[in-house]
Amino acid sequence: MTREMTGAKMVVQALIDQGVDTVFGYPGGAVLPIYDEVFQQNAIRHILVRHEQGAVHAAEGYARSTGKPGVVLVTSGPGATNAVTGLTDALMDSIPIIVLTGQVPTFMIGSDAFQEADTVGITRPCTKHNWLVKDTADLSAKIHEAFHVATSGRPGPVLVDIPKDVQFASAAYVSPSKTPVGHYQPQVKGDMETITELVAALETAQRPVFYTGGGVINSGPGASQLLRELVDATGFPITSTLMGLGAYPASGKGWLGMLGMHGLYEANLAMHGCDLMINVGARFDDRITGRLDAFSPKSRKAHIDIDPSSINKVIHVDMPIVGDIGHVLEDVLKVWKARGRKVNSEGVAKWWRQIETWKEVNCLKFASDEKTIKPQYALSRLEALTKDRDRYICTEVGQHQMWAAQYLNFEDPNRWMTSGGLGTMGYGFPASIGVQIAHPDALVINVAGEASWLMNMQEMGTAVQYRLPVKQFILNNERLGMVRQWQELLHGERYSQSWSEALPDFVKLAEAFGAKGIICKDPADLDDAIMEMLDHDGPVIFDCLVEKHENCFPMIPSGEPHNKMLLGEVSLKDAIGTKGAVLV
Amino acid sequence: MSALHIKKGSNKHSAYNLRPNFSDVTEKHTLAILVDNEAGVLARVIGLFSGRGYNIESLTVAEVDHTGHLSRITIVTTGTPQVIEQIKAQLGRIVPVHKVHDLTVEGPFVERELALLKVEGSGEKRVEALRLADIFRAHVVDSTLESFVFQLTGAPDKIDAFADLMRPLGLQEIARTGVAALSRGL
Repeated sequence: MTREMTGAKMVVQALIDQGVDTVFGYPGGAVLPIYDEVFQQNAIRHILVRHEQGAVHAAEGYARSTGKPGVVLVTSGPGATNAVTGLTDALMDSIPIIVLTGQVPTFMIGSDAFQEADTVGITRPCTKHNWLVKDTADLSAKIHEAFHVATSGRPGPVLVDIPKDVQFASAAYVSPSKTPVGHYQPQVKGDMETITELVAALETAQRPVFYTGGGVINSGPGASQLLRELVDATGFPITSTLMGLGAYPASGKGWLGMLGMHGLYEANLAMHGCDLMINVGARFDDRITGRLDAFSPKSRKAHIDIDPSSINKVIHVDMPIVGDIGHVLEDVLKVWKARGRKVNSEGVAKWWRQIETWKEVNCLKFASDEKTIKPQYALSRLEALTKDRDRYICTEVGQHQMWAAQYLNFEDPNRWMTSGGLGTMGYGFPASIGVQIAHPDALVINVAGEASWLMNMQEMGTAVQYRLPVKQFILNNERLGMVRQWQELLHGERYSQSWSEALPDFVKLAEAFGAKGIICKDPADLDDAIMEMLDHDGPVIFDCLVEKHENCFPMIPSGEPHNKMLLGEVSLKDAIGTKGAVLV
Repeated sequence: MSALHIKKGSNKHSAYNLRPNFSDVTEKHTLAILVDNEAGVLARVIGLFSGRGYNIESLTVAEVDHTGHLSRITIVTTGTPQVIEQIKAQLGRIVPVHKVHDLTVEGPFVERELALLKVEGSGEKRVEALRLADIFRAHVVDSTLESFVFQLTGAPDKIDAFADLMRPLGLQEIARTGVAALSRGL
């Protein structure tokens, strides 16, 4: 039976058939027919944001915390261009997002019509794929295809641009099961020959390390489970990128902590000194590798990734395995068990003894202060007071983000939402809204800096409207802390434009939106203030006034290898050479 | 199996694999890319090259399968072996891309380009131009008393050589189609 319906109704029907329960959006002229359909149904909940960028980040938060794709509905022109930052963010971090944009009617395309923009042209480089649908008869199949592309292989954002006349016209609706299967079917099973080669390497390695990333999270909870089984069964150490935190529990016996530019001493030295590196769903990002020609010089490297273009992109690997992490890890475990669960116990025990000496350096130690709140202290207390709760953490971008990654512990995947690849200030607050929508009863905290937080502060309206008890934990140093840190280390302490002038009174700001504001500046009051925040059933802005000039350590200076870490306020002079200064 | 589906131990590619992986030597490769002939697909391919800083020396595109709506894009590009591998892997990620062939690696192949050259001249130069055209098996497709338009097909090198010869003889304009290429044999 074919069902004839308008394009606008098709959009809603297709979303329902794809199992969508929530759409983040903002109406406008070119999507009015779809909004009219949204009005006349109850299957899908529409969350009205205050800015289209917020809609995309909220959808990212929803997607990351649930594993389901996030859906966004915005209008043409400025609605679409405002979504561009979110699309790029989702592309860099491989987050499945479907953005539906309105477009001027087909007969007006190219005429510089009101609110017209070349949306597919503008978003081509920042989506995994996009479509301009010019015929209502194609619309439902294109939306189903969009879901398939966004969620298959390496996930990513897609966009469907729908002209207004296509929304008004009628055609037969095609259900997902009747939509023809496209040729886009990425390979999920890894090559058994290379998997066997990897297992042989696992059996003999003396100084192995697992280096895992966001790909494990994207592969689903099953992949995290398999990773835990493999790591615990082999007894190998494991470190993770910023994106992969939670795939292996921070309380696990193999855990070394995060690696990279602001990663832990033991994690980075293990990477530098290992003889076998098993990269599971990470991409040798420049925040991880440091200087390429000195990156882990003595190791054989395996790389498991679903995206062939990630392999040998920056680091040459000896054992490339293209496939889905879950599928590949399952095969690795199967082969390893079948061959008798062998490891080089003696070598690995010696390796662990070496790692223990690095751990003794205690690279995250910091000098507490009785008068001012150290940001590290604030996060340690936040960790202590929230770790046993059903907790989701979002962050903005900067020093606070790195401290959050260092001082908060993640026991499960999908609990940590941060903008890793693009480094989008203004990501965390709307993302926390998306997370809270998906998990209404959970504790959702956005660890923020005051400057990042202001970038999307309009979303307070959304938080209050939907009674979302998101906790905005702002480490307020009245500085663009990371910019300030780099200016101190690299630009002769000339702090060009890196302070936050004319900041709002965050308590009054919260109250102006009808939310609760808390300010805390004395370390002695911090625990009580955090408890007050946690006990309040509603959105809270927590203005935590912290030490203004704290630097984030450990730090691998740009242009240096892993074994040249800076551990604290030691001699920082000349730590970064002229070659490093041109890097970001 | 490597990221690019080159079987280990395959002697077909052994010499290629012997080279250092991060060699600085720049190579020229001819790629044939089979894509869905849909709106924007060429922009996706070209945008990939410009966005990631790869070179395009020559580009040809036309629909080759009218029922399946498939187009064949032939690109001649240069880069280090690592860059060439990246280009192929990145092309493979584009959703409407069905297949990426590296003709340079996959075996012997033929490549041909068509060029039109307008040569102006009289007297001995005009006669010499015509004589050289004959040697190169170029056809005269337009003629006035002061000019010829020659049509020449061949590998890009041959067209370059012919154009160099025509330059002192009054070459005014040149139009080239870019390279079309196919592997030899089956």
